[in-house]
Amino acid sequence: MTAALKIEDLGKTFGGGRGLFDRQRPAVQAVADATLSVARGETLGVVGESGCGKSTFARMLVGLLPPTTGRIEIEGENLGAQAGRDPAAFGRVIQYVFQDPISSLNPRKTVEQIIEAPLKHLHAMPREARRKRIAEIFDAVNLRPEFLSRYPHEFSGGQAQRIGIARALAASPRILLLDEPVSALDVSVQAQVLNLLAHLKAEFDLTYLFISHDLAVVEAVSDRVAVMYFGRIVELGRAEEIFQAPRHPYTALLARSAPVVGRPLGAGEDGSGELPNPLDPPQGCAFAMRCPKATELCRTTRPDMQELTPGHATACHHPL
Amino acid sequence: MNSYILKRLLSAVPVLLGITLVVFLIMSLIPGDPATAILGSYATAENVERLNRQLGLDRSLPEQYVIWLTNMLQGDFGRSFSLNRPVLDEVLDRFGATLILAGVSLVLCSIFGVVAGVISAARQYGLADKAITFAVLIGISIPSFFLGMMMILLFAIQLRWLPVSGMYSIYGGGDLPDLLRHLAMPALALSVVATGVIARLSRSAMLEVLRQDFVRTARAKGVPERRVIWRHALKAAMVSIIPVIGVQAGFVLSGAVYIEMVFQWPGVGRMLVEAILRRDLLLVQGGVVIVAACYVLFNLIVDVAQSLLDPRVKT
Amino acid sequence: MTETALPASPPKPSAAARAGTFLRLFARNRMAAFGGGLLALILLVALAAPILPLQDPFAQDTTQRFLRPFSEGHWLGTDHLGRDLLSRLIWGTQLSLLVGVSATLLAALAGSTLGVVAGFLGGRIDNVIMRSVDTVMAFPYILLALAIVAALGPGLVNALIAVAVVNIPFFARNIRGVTVTLANKEFVDAARLSGMGDTRIIASEIVPNILPVIVIAMSTTVGWMILETAGLSFLGLGSQPPVPDLGSMLGEGRNALISHPHTSIIPGLMIFAIVIGVNLLGDGIRDALDPRLRSGALTRPLPATLVDRAETPAIAAKPDALLSLEDLRVEFRLGRRTLKAVNGVSLDIAPGECLGLIGESGSGKSVTALSVMGLVASPPGVIAGGALRFQGRDLLAMKPGELRRLRGDKVAYIFQDPLATLHPLYRIGEQIAEAIRVHHPVPQAEAMARAVALLKQVRIPNAKSRAGNYPHELSGGMRQRVGIAMALANEPELIIADEPTTALDVTVQAQILKLLEDLRRERGLAILFITHDFGVVAQLCDRVAVMYAGEIVESGPAQAILDAPAHPYTRRLIACVPELGGGRRTLAAIPGLPPGADDLPQGCAFAPRCDKAQAACRAGRVALTGQEPGRGVRCLFPETAEDRTETA
Repeated sequence: MTAALKIEDLGKTFGGGRGLFDRQRPAVQAVADATLSVARGETLGVVGESGCGKSTFARMLVGLLPPTTGRIEIEGENLGAQAGRDPAAFGRVIQYVFQDPISSLNPRKTVEQIIEAPLKHLHAMPREARRKRIAEIFDAVNLRPEFLSRYPHEFSGGQAQRIGIARALAASPRILLLDEPVSALDVSVQAQVLNLLAHLKAEFDLTYLFISHDLAVVEAVSDRVAVMYFGRIVELGRAEEIFQAPRHPYTALLARSAPVVGRPLGAGEDGSGELPNPLDPPQGCAFAMRCPKATELCRTTRPDMQELTPGHATACHHPL
Repeated sequence: MNSYILKRLLSAVPVLLGITLVVFLIMSLIPGDPATAILGSYATAENVERLNRQLGLDRSLPEQYVIWLTNMLQGDFGRSFSLNRPVLDEVLDRFGATLILAGVSLVLCSIFGVVAGVISAARQYGLADKAITFAVLIGISIPSFFLGMMMILLFAIQLRWLPVSGMYSIYGGGDLPDLLRHLAMPALALSVVATGVIARLSRSAMLEVLRQDFVRTARAKGVPERRVIWRHALKAAMVSIIPVIGVQAGFVLSGAVYIEMVFQWPGVGRMLVEAILRRDLLLVQGGVVIVAACYVLFNLIVDVAQSLLDPRVKT
Repeated sequence: MTETALPASPPKPSAAARAGTFLRLFARNRMAAFGGGLLALILLVALAAPILPLQDPFAQDTTQRFLRPFSEGHWLGTDHLGRDLLSRLIWGTQLSLLVGVSATLLAALAGSTLGVVAGFLGGRIDNVIMRSVDTVMAFPYILLALAIVAALGPGLVNALIAVAVVNIPFFARNIRGVTVTLANKEFVDAARLSGMGDTRIIASEIVPNILPVIVIAMSTTVGWMILETAGLSFLGLGSQPPVPDLGSMLGEGRNALISHPHTSIIPGLMIFAIVIGVNLLGDGIRDALDPRLRSGALTRPLPATLVDRAETPAIAAKPDALLSLEDLRVEFRLGRRTLKAVNGVSLDIAPGECLGLIGESGSGKSVTALSVMGLVASPPGVIAGGALRFQGRDLLAMKPGELRRLRGDKVAYIFQDPLATLHPLYRIGEQIAEAIRVHHPVPQAEAMARAVALLKQVRIPNAKSRAGNYPHELSGGMRQRVGIAMALANEPELIIADEPTTALDVTVQAQILKLLEDLRRERGLAILFITHDFGVVAQLCDRVAVMYAGEIVESGPAQAILDAPAHPYTRRLIACVPELGGGRRTLAAIPGLPPGADDLPQGCAFAPRCDKAQAACRAGRVALTGQEPGRGVRCLFPETAEDRTETA
């Protein structure tokens, strides 16, 4: 099976360079050494807490932010050169569904104008064909045709998110990057959108990257899951395995911390739970300062990703 | 903290240079031969030639700028031809009067403006709010020079409480009460507009802040309402009010030009207008640079005050 | 926290309705209408100057100098050269308006262009443009205008240029700020991914969104611009004799101020009338265009929520309840619309008990919690009925002072977003100490020492030095610990925690929940815990009440409800929540949306989404009834064991 998406050593550093008077400006490594591949038709979940670099990661994948290092290959085509310069080149193969459904829609355009844009600018589709295509897509996301002439503020969060999905689908991409697509929605509506996404994936033969902070949601929708901490992927494995039998202590902590009915409180950690200072990153493993199993080795040497069992890799010197 | 002040001080240098550059560029717009334009009716062939040499007017523009800048840094702002004295001396003599007028007005409008704004916000839609809002509307709509003239008619001519014009006490002779008697009307007329603007902005800043979650927290702690308004809310609102006061200082200085004309106040604004009407361009040029530089320094102080209030600025 | 402001998203108006709202808001503002009318009148007369039977504004007649107003042949009298003042006033008004408006348009066009370019392109171009703008702004505006007029020479056109130039930075800065915000919006990213280039994005995504801002900025500046051009003319630097504009007329009149005041008063009043008209109209436009004002959000909340009860319920003694809510009703009154956020909620909390109040956004759970101590923002919030009793005392009948003494002393709150809820400009130690000192007259040093001790109790490391930090210097979890320390400051009987862990990461959430649990056990605190998360409820709470559309639909012991939910909504909501360890699966969903708070159905609020609903459900209100002791359910056909096995 060809990989739908392949990234190697992808990294992004903000700041840096020389400032006025030749001072070194502070640099922050938002994402480092991200390597993974996503098979066609697969759903890869990406989980991590705030500040772990998942948004930066996502923006690089769709070409909105040029990476500092590494390469991005989509359907066998290297798109590294266009990254950050030609989002349209990305837009034809990968599309983004945003977290905040309302702010991702221009308040001064009708729904039709919004959905039409990718057809017009990416595929140069004539008017009649556009109309037909929009009707198809609208039907696929369960929205009524009369919504087309309305403005975004007239919709509820769940409906607006469907419009955002419709816009992404209009570009006929191979991959959808879903960045916390249901976090802004209430649980009862959340499930509606998640089920719609599952249905669309089969209908349009899509590949999903599903970014979320909610472990349970990620587990419910993903084939494989990547766990990010402090800008790096620390564990990658099959969804049914990764939270049941985590190998990285951070993944284990995440899984323990998620509130579960019937489990007593206090299964988390005792310490402060602070992240390292991004301006002064630790030399070794970024999780060492919170890790109960940390040794001198962890504090001095950064662990590399290594495959422990087939399809399950982790970056830890002392895997669980 | 000190490093922040130092950084701010250093950052003022390019602004000051920018100011001189802007003034220089504007003056280079003068149509025709600059020396003749500057000397105007006082021009003799000999004078024109001397000025050309002195200002390097026969050289390229960048060279002229460097010459002018170097001269200024040595304290040489040129000579006023209409007054026949160095520009710097004349400006410094007049600046004191403007500073008194503008300074007193700024203090008045800051205090009255903030207090009125806070009361107005705290009593939103109440009688006090309506009265203040109405007064503010009148205040910001009336031209200060017209207001000044009406005050002369009322207080000086009709009621004969205050002198019409003419303030000379800072040049010796008058004492403090005399200064105050002369200052009352111009300072009041000058501060009305700025009071209105500050009151308006303070009101909306307070309304904005009063809706914030931390105000609810203060109430949930049981903080008395008076303290919620005058401590919690006002302190946070000052973060957006202080820059407005900084901007209003510029408007007060600007308004001082009109007020000085109306009340014959011997300040630098009146000097500038008279210099323009006499085409004494070196006096205009020097006066503008010096006053603008002082205003930059004033804004520096405002910024430092802001950083003392708001710990987030430093980081 | 949008939820506390408005219980549900307001009904969505159509485009036509939006235009209608604009006009209505505009017309409702009588002051704006007055300003508009005044301005329209002046404008009409000024524009009609060529066709009005006016005398020649330049015709001098030295025998007719300084005629008083209402003189024969000269309604407004004459000036120092015997020229007709009425004619000069109208022609002068025309000129002043023309110059002021032109200067505004010039400044707006140039400034907005610079602002959009700088804000959208960013980087070096932004830097160069904004540095130049800053430099121009470093001048008191009149100095720059004077310099320009000095260089170009006095004259009306030069004055116009000068006034326009000095106002460009104002537009450039404002518009740049708005553009930067817009350029970072997700819909701009979406447009990029839709294949749109920079020019197209500026034209179709940015400009339509900044036009209202430009209009507002213009409406607030055109008044100044007219004043400034009049000012330059007043100084003799603008309009040159004999051409009249209002400023030069006033300047000429000044020479005869004392002997013939009417020559100054007439043009002065005209300037005043124009500017006041412009300002009133501008305020009206701003209010109508500014979306924040449109939702009535810029009203200040009163110190305590307004109470407007039709009747005061008799106090029933409930000795074992610490806090009881009886048939509480809270409304948001927005003009003609009334949103019913809380519709008859009754609850009891016993000392030392932890009660979870759970619901989706808009269910009224936060509003219920905030009403207890009168913290619902008011206006628009109003407590419209019911009773609140704390230790037997009627909270709604209390004077503001009495209520204030309870707040933070006996009943303390912990809020959701710990960054927004702490004062940004006070050190955290001071904020905790203040909570103590407003209730107990202890010296500052002692209060500080207790603040440090409290920080230690919520397990903040290096409490002593941390007390000197500002909130922005702490992480989210640390800030929430400060919030908890502040709530504990006076050893309250009851803590109301309004989604205290929602804004936090899951690992931090676990720590905070653990801390709350420990403190509760140690101190015997009662907690009212507001959340939308069943997992949290299960771990922390003894009892739970489920809210839907402003009503409690089910209540009872937490474990019992989670094991055997009796209300269809509860059962299906629990089924919607994916739980870790369930593996890959299709999730259960509830079709439809909760009803709007201004459009509640007559019967059971959940009936339109319920697959078991029957005609009886829609007919009338359903009462909360108990099947078993300690449990209540608001349903005519509660869930049976069979229903439950279906979902499982």
